Amino acid sequence: MADFNQELDASGLNCPLPILRAKKTLTGMESGQVLHVIATDPGSVKDFDAFAKQTGNELLDSREEGGKFFFRIQKS
Amino acid sequence: MEEKKLAIIATKGSLDWAYPPFILASTAAALGYEVQVFFTFYGLQLLKKKLSLEVTPLGNPGMPMPMGMDKWFPILGMTLPGMQAMMTAMMKKQMKDKGVASIEELRELCQEADVKMIACQMTVDLFDMDQAAFIDGVEYAGAAAFFEFAGESDICLYI
Repeated sequence: MADFNQELDASGLNCPLPILRAKKTLTGMESGQVLHVIATDPGSVKDFDAFAKQTGNELLDSREEGGKFFFRIQKS
Repeated sequence: MEEKKLAIIATKGSLDWAYPPFILASTAAALGYEVQVFFTFYGLQLLKKKLSLEVTPLGNPGMPMPMGMDKWFPILGMTLPGMQAMMTAMMKKQMKDKGVASIEELRELCQEADVKMIACQMTVDLFDMDQAAFIDGVEYAGAAAFFEFAGESDICLYI
């Protein structure tokens, strides 16, 4: 069973597109649901952390694997 | 939590300088800010329906050039006809290759996020600009109107 409700592949996109796409996707989701984001922009690590802090959505985890970055964000 | 506010004055009309206002406005909107951008002087070019923004290496020693051209190519060479168009095309290709959004895309995201875009009425008159050439949703106002919002803003930037 997947541990998220929706997935967004932002691979190849650069700042600020991963954040903007994630925000857009979250808007269409329900409170408590989890969005899984895949990104290749190294700047997205700090950006998703800051995004979560400022929007109140919770960053459940943030990890790197094979040059890709994975984030799970729970909508507030 | 009360909504934070970001006020930006966009004064420049080149491709490179078009990025900061639209990147910051769209990101701030995604973070929950209420955003207004006041476009004045050359910044009004950023509101045209059909954007024809260019970038120039002239007078810009900080611009990285392809193939080390900034090292061996004389500055005067940059004044040759077609150089600016070529540099612009190269910059656009580089941006696309690196996954950087186009100005059109960022501007659209700003519009979707209800970023308020205000054109400086005085400059529109000064340059005899045609309002029909601007995108829909633009408001026209002056300095006093800008202060009404900027005076209450948390962040205010001049770009």
